[in-house]
Amino acid sequence: MSAPSSRTHDLAIRRAELAPQRAFQAIAIVALVLPLLLLLFLFGRSLVDAWPRLNWDFITSFPSRKPELAGILPALVGTTYLMGLTALIAIPVGLGAALYLEEYARPTRLTRLIELNINTLAGVPSILYGLLGLEVFARVLGMGRSLLAGACTLALLLLPMVILASREALRTVPPSLREAAYALGADKWQTLRGVVLPMCLPGVLTGVILSLARAIGETAPLITIGALTYVAFLPDSVHSGFTALPIQIFNWVSRPQAGFHVNAAAGIIVLVVLMLLLNGAAIWLRARLQRRVYW
Amino acid sequence: MTSPDRQPSDPGADATADGERAGRVPGPARASRSSGPPRSPDPSDLLRPRARSERFVRIFLLVCALVSIVTTVGIVVVLVRESAGFFAEVSLADFFGDGQWTPLFDDKHFGIWPLLAGTLLTTLIALLVALPFGLLAAIYLAEFAPERARRVLKPALEVLAGIPTVVYGYFALLYVTPALQRVVPGLAGFNALGPGIVMGVMILPVIASLSEDAIYAVPASLREASYALGAGRLRTVFRVVIPSAFSGIGASVILGVSRAIGETMIVAIAAGQQPRLTLDPRVPIETMTAYIVQISLGDTPAGTLEYRTIFAVGLCLFLVTLLLNIVAHRLRRRMLKGGLT
Repeated sequence: MSAPSSRTHDLAIRRAELAPQRAFQAIAIVALVLPLLLLLFLFGRSLVDAWPRLNWDFITSFPSRKPELAGILPALVGTTYLMGLTALIAIPVGLGAALYLEEYARPTRLTRLIELNINTLAGVPSILYGLLGLEVFARVLGMGRSLLAGACTLALLLLPMVILASREALRTVPPSLREAAYALGADKWQTLRGVVLPMCLPGVLTGVILSLARAIGETAPLITIGALTYVAFLPDSVHSGFTALPIQIFNWVSRPQAGFHVNAAAGIIVLVVLMLLLNGAAIWLRARLQRRVYW
Repeated sequence: MTSPDRQPSDPGADATADGERAGRVPGPARASRSSGPPRSPDPSDLLRPRARSERFVRIFLLVCALVSIVTTVGIVVVLVRESAGFFAEVSLADFFGDGQWTPLFDDKHFGIWPLLAGTLLTTLIALLVALPFGLLAAIYLAEFAPERARRVLKPALEVLAGIPTVVYGYFALLYVTPALQRVVPGLAGFNALGPGIVMGVMILPVIASLSEDAIYAVPASLREASYALGAGRLRTVFRVVIPSAFSGIGASVILGVSRAIGETMIVAIAAGQQPRLTLDPRVPIETMTAYIVQISLGDTPAGTLEYRTIFAVGLCLFLVTLLLNIVAHRLRRRMLKGGLT
């Protein structure tokens, strides 16, 4: 039963407080949405610029000195092989490391060192992996400027991400299931192979696909190990020279002629579509995983 | 039930016996035999072969985990070894004393400052874009946004970080710079401003996402105490919540800076490739990363001084980013421990 005058006074204070708060919220929303809109606009423009070149010939042609005849076939094939090889190398090593850290490692100094080191590696600029690949894979191990050297370099780059995703997937398997397997007489490796791994596999795959979606646009490390920028052939083995989609785009952007810039825009659209497909696959896999309940 | 318990208790006891047997049975065969479905329980069989495969598996997995350490060691060894060759010919005094970087000219100068200045300049511009936008976004998402908006907007922001940097480079060179040229007089076709702004958009999600985590983690009791003292929402956010989350916000900013310093393709495409000791954002410059790309594109034979320059520059880049990452790691750990002081 407060006096009406004091109540209006309270309301006045609250309103005075609310105005700057509303203003702040409005500014914050603009700050949040503006970069997204800018990006959408830029993609829209590159789609418009790329439109005349986005046809089947562009996908199935080799690069050329004439921009209107040039295509991305070797780059597309190179990127596909590169991603496949990278996954083949990164999955076993990354999953192995995650299994060790989650299931076997005891909290020793070595374990702490490995964990700290994985964190550190995640922050190393990708171009330095390129220098490592140039010296170790391309020169010392004699792989040259090959697909294999590129895949090894990218696999090392992805390793921290793959390990992190795999560890998270391993942690989602409830201990009760492991205990049940032990109770049936299975030993540790049998439990991991028969129970834990099949259950966490979708999670691991989701993580791997997401990191491949990152790797598909990686340009700097591949340029550093010396991937070719002009390739008029398709790679026929892992030792073959190669180019990749982002490198082809970089090559076209760097040329002065406007015709090649159109090609670069078209290449960008293809690259981004591939990336979205990978992300979509990961999301689909995760949704499937969440629907399926084992326990 | 015995085998999992047995594992820790038999470290070196029968290592030699295993070693002998390993000579006769090839590794993969051993692994596949013992990792099949459990066979009929023959008491001696229950322990021995399984324990052996356990050790094999354990060692294999340890090797996988050690790959990451080998990678780090490899990066350090490669950078230090080639840089040692470089510094045998170029003195540290020249490297840090000379104001010019012209390793490819006849009149060679090896002063790192122009490359450092280029990196510093683009990073600074990126930070000027990413810091206000990122922090505002983080505060809004953590303190004001309805749960549903938060669930949509946070992943949407993270899309910005996943876009290939060569695409950002294309945007910077062909869309952003021409647009800026209409506003900024004397802006060259290659400059630090366009790529710097685009880089800011790229690191924005790093700052926004990690800062949001930090702000979200501030306990509700602190906010309630502030409200109880009569403070409004804005005052609470700026006087209580943000100071409490300062370690985490600081870590996010440092990680964003480290990302900008290591960023390569945007500056290689749009900033020009002219090492220049300047802080003028309108003229072509070159960053450390762009220089490494420039040399890699050419046909510099291994073992020459020019070839070694990229490792010396790489070592600088490694040391700078490592330092920043260590500081960020420390700050984040303080945040996770709940260090509010």
